[in-house]
Amino acid sequence: MRKTFVNSLLKFASAYPELMVLSGDLGYSVFEPLIEKFPNQFINVGIAEQNMIGISAGLALSGKKVFVYSITPFSTIRPLEQIRMDVCYHNLPVRIVGTGAGLSYGTLGPSHHGTEDLAIMRAMPTMIVTAPADRFELEKILDAAMNISSPMYIRIGRSTEPDVYSVLPALELGKANVIYDEGDDFAIIACGNMVHTALCAAKKLQALSKKGKVISMHTIKPLDCDLVVTLAKTMPTFTLEEHSIIGGLGSAVAECIADNCISPPYFERFALKDAFQKKIGKHDYLRDINDLTVDKIVDKILKRI
Amino acid sequence: MVFTILRYNRNVCALRLNIMDYSDLTSKATAIRKRILSMTNASGSSHVGTALSSVDILVTLYFRVLRVDPKNPLKKNRDIFIMSKGHGCTALYATLVERGFAKSEMLDGFAVDNGLLWGHVTYGTMPGIEVSTGSLGHGLSIGLGMALADRKRRIFVLLGDGECDEGSVWEAILFAGHCGLDNLIVMVDYNKLQSFGTVKNVLDLEPFSDKWKSAKWAAKEIDGHDICALVNTLSSIPFQKGHPSVLIAHTIKGKGVSFMENSIDWHYKSPNREQLNKAFGELDEKDLC
Repeated sequence: MRKTFVNSLLKFASAYPELMVLSGDLGYSVFEPLIEKFPNQFINVGIAEQNMIGISAGLALSGKKVFVYSITPFSTIRPLEQIRMDVCYHNLPVRIVGTGAGLSYGTLGPSHHGTEDLAIMRAMPTMIVTAPADRFELEKILDAAMNISSPMYIRIGRSTEPDVYSVLPALELGKANVIYDEGDDFAIIACGNMVHTALCAAKKLQALSKKGKVISMHTIKPLDCDLVVTLAKTMPTFTLEEHSIIGGLGSAVAECIADNCISPPYFERFALKDAFQKKIGKHDYLRDINDLTVDKIVDKILKRI
Repeated sequence: MVFTILRYNRNVCALRLNIMDYSDLTSKATAIRKRILSMTNASGSSHVGTALSSVDILVTLYFRVLRVDPKNPLKKNRDIFIMSKGHGCTALYATLVERGFAKSEMLDGFAVDNGLLWGHVTYGTMPGIEVSTGSLGHGLSIGLGMALADRKRRIFVLLGDGECDEGSVWEAILFAGHCGLDNLIVMVDYNKLQSFGTVKNVLDLEPFSDKWKSAKWAAKEIDGHDICALVNTLSSIPFQKGHPSVLIAHTIKGKGVSFMENSIDWHYKSPNREQLNKAFGELDEKDLC
């Protein structure tokens, strides 16, 4: 995903002389091609994220199209008040990128896990919140990001996430992509790095004669509430995210269901518990012990439909 | 043992320091470096360079300076050490093991599935760890709080140089100086490299010690790999009564392994078996001090 990110930035940098990319001393073996070709459009502000967000607001107020980049907690939670006051209060189209979605940073531990970012960014007034499923969705979301008029958060993975699509999909911010549609036995609404897992689970369920749908909810805010209502009215609905159970995709979907007085046949949120990771391990191991693997999701869904 | 040396010429230093002490500390440092390399090799984890640069500071602290008891890690009124540069955790884990806080087997549980130690310093994992870190620019403020809570207690904080980019570090520097907390001692592992460039190119800290001094700190600079000098300097603190102390330790990222020294790559890479053997060979040959 990071390679797609820098390729898009290279494209934008030549098309938009006003493009500026800010990094909090991260992006080794990512940003080098950009720095080489467009040295004046990249600033490494150092390990100083609060300053980085303040600078991004100043640049945006001066007509620049700004991307800021750091590891998820350091581009969202660390400079949160600067995001709220400097970026959101001024409603500036600053694009905040967090790398290392969910538990991607594995053994580096909870300081580096991005597990509350969707909740916190959702709560920021005017903020668009996105979590692309793979490099193809990321490319489309970045294209869309060049035409926004309010702040935007883009949650990306660490490096080599499996592809969900094989070609660039059509994508509109705020409109979910139905990426798999074989029946009405269930719907899994997933986002970001969990969409691939949702897809594998749905295919496995189909082999067990349970035919359902998989939705990539790449935009968590504004949420595609129309689609959620349509699904939840008629079929067991599940959400899947590598994020705390509090405040992320599952919460957004649950709010939508409640606000519309829908009573789904069944509804469950698959997410991380409201806790720091206690057990130590790499990304796949942490997914497993948090029940976010294909097999565990298949088992849970089978019990409910 | 009382040290009276003010100039840290190595030869003079060697004369004054008990020669057994000296060789003991350097061999501890070598053992710790080997443990760091083994841990990163076994786990495929990294941040090797930053761990290697801080080893001699940690050896000095844990074997000559800190009043801590491995048999009773929570002993009342002990000195507190905070590894604010939490990504250098392997150096702290290995030092605590060498000092007897934990068994060496625990290091096998570093950054592996169902393991025992995270890739950033985490409270509650290994005995002797006082504070969790991993996001930069937190340790000094926490240390400041501890120093305020008990002005008789000595609080030591190790900062990274890149970490000093963080605004929160400077908020703490200003406030500690303002309070005249002479029980607060900071060491900066000034290895001149951060994650995406040299400190000089990314965000130049110089004139570094002047910045601390202007905030009412007593500052000294030192070769952060000269264990004799480190022992001498950290044996007489505070540097000035009524002021917090900062020791700016000039170090080399990746110190002790030629192909890791002064290289950003080893912020991200972990040594393979061949590189591990080569590194061990170099460490065995060298007199590091």
